[in-house]
Amino acid sequence: MGKTIVEKILSANVGRDVTPGETIVVDLDFVALNDGSGPLAVRLMKEKGWTDVFDPKKIMFCTEFGPSSARGLSNEHKLIRDFALEHGCFWHDPGTGAIHSHLMEHYVKCGDVIVAGDSHTTTHGALGAFSTGMGSTDMAAVLKLGKTWLKVPQSYLVEVGGTLPQGVYSKDIYLHLLHEIGSEGAIYKALEFRGDTIGNLSMDARVTITSMGVEAGAKVAIMETDKHTQDFLKSVGRGGDYREIIADKDAHYEKIISIDASTLEPMVAKPHYVENGDKVRNVKDLKIDQVFIGSCTNGRTEDMHIAAKILKGKKKQSWVRLIVIPNSQRVFLECLNDGTLAAFAEAGAMVLAPNCGPCMGVHEGIPADGEVVVATQNRNFKGRMGNPEAFVYLSSPATAAASALTGYLTDPREVM
Amino acid sequence: MLKEKYEGKAWKFGDNVSTDSIAPGRLLHLRSNPPEYAKHVFEDVRPEFAKNVQTDDFIIAGNNFGCGSSREIAPLILKLSGVGAILAKSIGRIFSRNAINNGMLLIQCNTDNIEEGDKLLIDVTKREITKEGNPDFKMNFQLGEIEKKILEEDGLLRYIDKYGSLDQL
Repeated sequence: MGKTIVEKILSANVGRDVTPGETIVVDLDFVALNDGSGPLAVRLMKEKGWTDVFDPKKIMFCTEFGPSSARGLSNEHKLIRDFALEHGCFWHDPGTGAIHSHLMEHYVKCGDVIVAGDSHTTTHGALGAFSTGMGSTDMAAVLKLGKTWLKVPQSYLVEVGGTLPQGVYSKDIYLHLLHEIGSEGAIYKALEFRGDTIGNLSMDARVTITSMGVEAGAKVAIMETDKHTQDFLKSVGRGGDYREIIADKDAHYEKIISIDASTLEPMVAKPHYVENGDKVRNVKDLKIDQVFIGSCTNGRTEDMHIAAKILKGKKKQSWVRLIVIPNSQRVFLECLNDGTLAAFAEAGAMVLAPNCGPCMGVHEGIPADGEVVVATQNRNFKGRMGNPEAFVYLSSPATAAASALTGYLTDPREVM
Repeated sequence: MLKEKYEGKAWKFGDNVSTDSIAPGRLLHLRSNPPEYAKHVFEDVRPEFAKNVQTDDFIIAGNNFGCGSSREIAPLILKLSGVGAILAKSIGRIFSRNAINNGMLLIQCNTDNIEEGDKLLIDVTKREITKEGNPDFKMNFQLGEIEKKILEEDGLLRYIDKYGSLDQL
């Protein structure tokens, strides 16, 4: 019988055929930690007296909530920076990007097995990598051993076909899927995305889908590699890291989910659950207070272009705070050089340095009690943005930009 | 450390309790001081929990407990609060690893017939859950081999200290 993408990658890693459900120990091709998982992992290493890492050239540390907003966090940033530099690991400064942008642009190769101390590590399935998130203790063990244990997941095939209508984007595909299968709809599974709609998406658009794989509980969210993958890797100077990764024609999937993209509409996930999806046009007269365009899910250049096109030459509504954060230094510079950031600033946005921003409620935009936020991020759990009395709606960059213009949750097709 | 028996009171929760609900991100600056962070466990969704939870109490949850962020402070502050074990219909993947890595017993089972305040006895040797004052209630559970091995050493790092690698898992 043929193999799914995941079964192929894991079989190659361990050097024999693996089957779903079995436990294996994998060699890791690259690993990364941020200021979420890194500090505890480093402290655990020190407590254990584990002085050596398995291979510093396969390890990256970075901070995502910087420059620091609190003394406790400053000390943790220093802790992981010093550890990374002392051990010769890769290090990225605060304000230069989120962990997944660094991984995508600099490190992950097609077919790799990757773990990182962050739940949205499912992102790198867009490069055809088996990539999953873990906590600090697992990451401490990984830093020492360069290996981890995992169960080979069963795969669900998500087939997306048809042309996306105007105003509808990859975020809407995923919010629709999540609404259909629920936030534990793929718990412990691999989600394999395929179909002509996926094939036509750019890498920036694909990342939105794979980054949110974990929101359905999935261990990995993965896609076949193709010309878009190759073009992306070439654009970041890593054309040599491309490899064709495809599933066998007769691979076995535990479930097949079909989505007709041509019937989709702009979607939101309403508070306080990611699975609480609805069409934007069904949420009437919702006055909003803040818009956030950014995050590892929707902070790429294409996202910025989509939002800027809607805002260019116009002004955001007076009562709305508009926060825009490119997710990496590369995206920041591209958007600076092509005038995109100017368009945001002229529309009344505050453009901040590349990092996670207000997504996790640590800094840079904690909403007030009772306020309504439209955000392109990946989670809207109660309290997620730092205030349990706020209401967060997840959307595409187009819906977020349209809403910033009108001051109400707005279907982007109304302003395009 | 995996004990033979756990005895405690049930705190009942619903579906999709995220790590943001267990350990709010706005308090991330307390992360280097887990006992302080533990005073805020479940603050946004169940503010009375932190003050009233007692040693060896149980979390009883529905589907997808611990979904969301990979922050390990979530199971750590549950443990520091005294929680003895977590029983849920299903448990988020990363949370599950984090909890076991810190020696927290997790049991996947049907929790519909356990109510708030029920006094439960978990017998790990017999893989059996019983309820005080209700002789009709008896439920069996399973414990994965890997999870059991890690729990027996009271966490992943102590396991690695003892065996030197993951090859025996």
